[in-house]
Amino acid sequence: MLEKFTVIRGRVVPLRGEDIDTDRIIPARFMKVLTFEGLGKYLFYDERFDEKGEPKPHPLNDPRYQGASILLVEAGFGSGSSREHAPQAIKRAGFRAIIGESFAEIFFGNATAIGLPCVTLAPEDLAVLFQAVEQDPDLEVEVDLVNKEVRFGSRTAPLSIPEEAREALVEGLWDPIGELLQAGELLDQFDRRLPYPRRSE
Amino acid sequence: MGKTLYEKVWEAHEVRRLKNGQSQLFIDLHLLHEVTSPQAFGMLKDLGLRVRYPHRTFATVDHIVPTHDRTEPFQDPLAQSMLEALRQNTKEHGVTFFDLGSGNQGIVHVIGPQLGLTQPGMTIACGDSHTSTHGAFGAVAFGIGTSQVRDVLATQTLAARKLKVRRINIEGKLAPGVYAKDVILHIIRHLGVKGGLGYAYEYGGSTVEAMDMESRMTLCNMSIEGGARIGYVNPDETTFAYLEGRPYSPKGAEWEEAKRRWRAVASDPDATYDDVVTFRAEEIPPTVTWGINPGQALPIDGRIPLLEELPPEERPLAEEALAYMGFRPGQPIKGVPIQVAFIGSCTNARLSDLREVARHLKGHKVKRGVRALVVPGSEWVARKAEEEGIAEVFREAGFEWRNPGCSMCLAMNPDRLQGDELAASSSNRNYKGRMGSPKGRTVLMSPLMVAAAAVTGEIADAREVFGIGR
Repeated sequence: MLEKFTVIRGRVVPLRGEDIDTDRIIPARFMKVLTFEGLGKYLFYDERFDEKGEPKPHPLNDPRYQGASILLVEAGFGSGSSREHAPQAIKRAGFRAIIGESFAEIFFGNATAIGLPCVTLAPEDLAVLFQAVEQDPDLEVEVDLVNKEVRFGSRTAPLSIPEEAREALVEGLWDPIGELLQAGELLDQFDRRLPYPRRSE
Repeated sequence: MGKTLYEKVWEAHEVRRLKNGQSQLFIDLHLLHEVTSPQAFGMLKDLGLRVRYPHRTFATVDHIVPTHDRTEPFQDPLAQSMLEALRQNTKEHGVTFFDLGSGNQGIVHVIGPQLGLTQPGMTIACGDSHTSTHGAFGAVAFGIGTSQVRDVLATQTLAARKLKVRRINIEGKLAPGVYAKDVILHIIRHLGVKGGLGYAYEYGGSTVEAMDMESRMTLCNMSIEGGARIGYVNPDETTFAYLEGRPYSPKGAEWEEAKRRWRAVASDPDATYDDVVTFRAEEIPPTVTWGINPGQALPIDGRIPLLEELPPEERPLAEEALAYMGFRPGQPIKGVPIQVAFIGSCTNARLSDLREVARHLKGHKVKRGVRALVVPGSEWVARKAEEEGIAEVFREAGFEWRNPGCSMCLAMNPDRLQGDELAASSSNRNYKGRMGSPKGRTVLMSPLMVAAAAVTGEIADAREVFGIGR
């Protein structure tokens, strides 16, 4: 049974910057792997470490944000490559949700498919949240997928997420393969009807 | 009321509606490569499932292939293990695999069209964002993640939500020395890297109608860089002429039947669109990027923008780009020294790209100190280029003539920038660190502009360097 996501509660890492692409989330050279295990340690590798592997100033290296489980980002997060390695690295680094202004489509789909909710806030609410967690890294934030709101301090901000993704996460049905398999015989009908590339010798 | 190609293809492939309102969409053609498939095969195994319709799945190896020495085992054991995993998985599941040395290996988005696998009206998916390339044939083609690769392997379907369609008209005649690459960089520059979110892009108009298939592929390839997951061109006689006689194209009576079907799938003249945008071909200059995403572009004669010239919301990213690229606001892009010139990638490593460059490059020499690479998109492209004497033109000019693969475009093989080298590149992404060095810098441009940069050692106007249109 898949996990159900109703309310995700935790501290937040604020990661500023627009159009953060998946090459930055996980550089290509770390994708020479046969499984997704262990990818968490390469999350934002080139932004977090110098050529010698020494840590650079970065929110993910900041001791004040250690143990946080929600990633806070700006607009266009996850653009570029379709690599599922990107949300996998985020999830395997211990994050359970991402709050942002907008997400690239393939990234959003990949994240949802592995049970990593991506929710959006209006730009003004997002700005307030950034400010709040930058001032107080210990601030607890709640992402409530049932009531569709993000709560922090005394504030409540409405969140958006496509309804089918929200339902799938809340009901623990975010991995669609079981439902796809149910089509059964219908699939064979489509396979028979639709042409496919065939070498005619 | 008329329908778009996108709507027609969608309706023909919708198996059923899922509980959550998404559609279960049948995928006609599934393309695989070594980077995003091993985990999917692993998940399949864990679930005790098989590849449901192996005759609809084709695989090749491209991202990790060394382009210099392909002797096995590769020097990089990780790369070797990925190749072997793909060999093993395709063999176990009866999937056609175009292995190294098969004569058909190459970049997945180059070999699909070249073999006639890519056909109008199809739904095509691949675990790679540049799957949008195949839209050039009037296919609905898009990149997917690895969990979806698993879904397609197991069921030949995936859960998807219908997009809106934006018609992008390009009208008129492109100036000499201006190519499809300039057109798409120009479009992304104007519509933005997030402009296509939620849309499929339909490209049309007299400029696109006049383009050959390989130019249309370049155009559709970079749709994803504009935020659109899908880009396509309606199939026409140009499409059919390209496909005729390819190894996997329909033949005999099936060919005529296929053409009838393909004509019918094109958007109706009275189709309605969610948005329509028009560009004039004459206004499109040779275009190059100056920043860290493909939307940060400008005409070759242009100057890098001053921050105050940009809308406030674009300034933080522009500042970040200037700092990373080491450029000054207001500086002309022309004349910036380069260290590396790269012609390759799924955007621009097809035979027509290499032919066009060779035609102008003949008699020129790569500037001393510039490392220049040309990496053909497939074994077939390489072979043809050898036969036609194109490879020799490149070699004589001082380019390294490499074996096919993705190479420096994303640097999962030994081809990569060193330190903060600046590359003139025909590839599709100029992200920070994209070409394998965390400080490496990329300026995107057409293949001919890369050749001009190689010859002069700096970002240059190919029309001036090669005396085009003067």
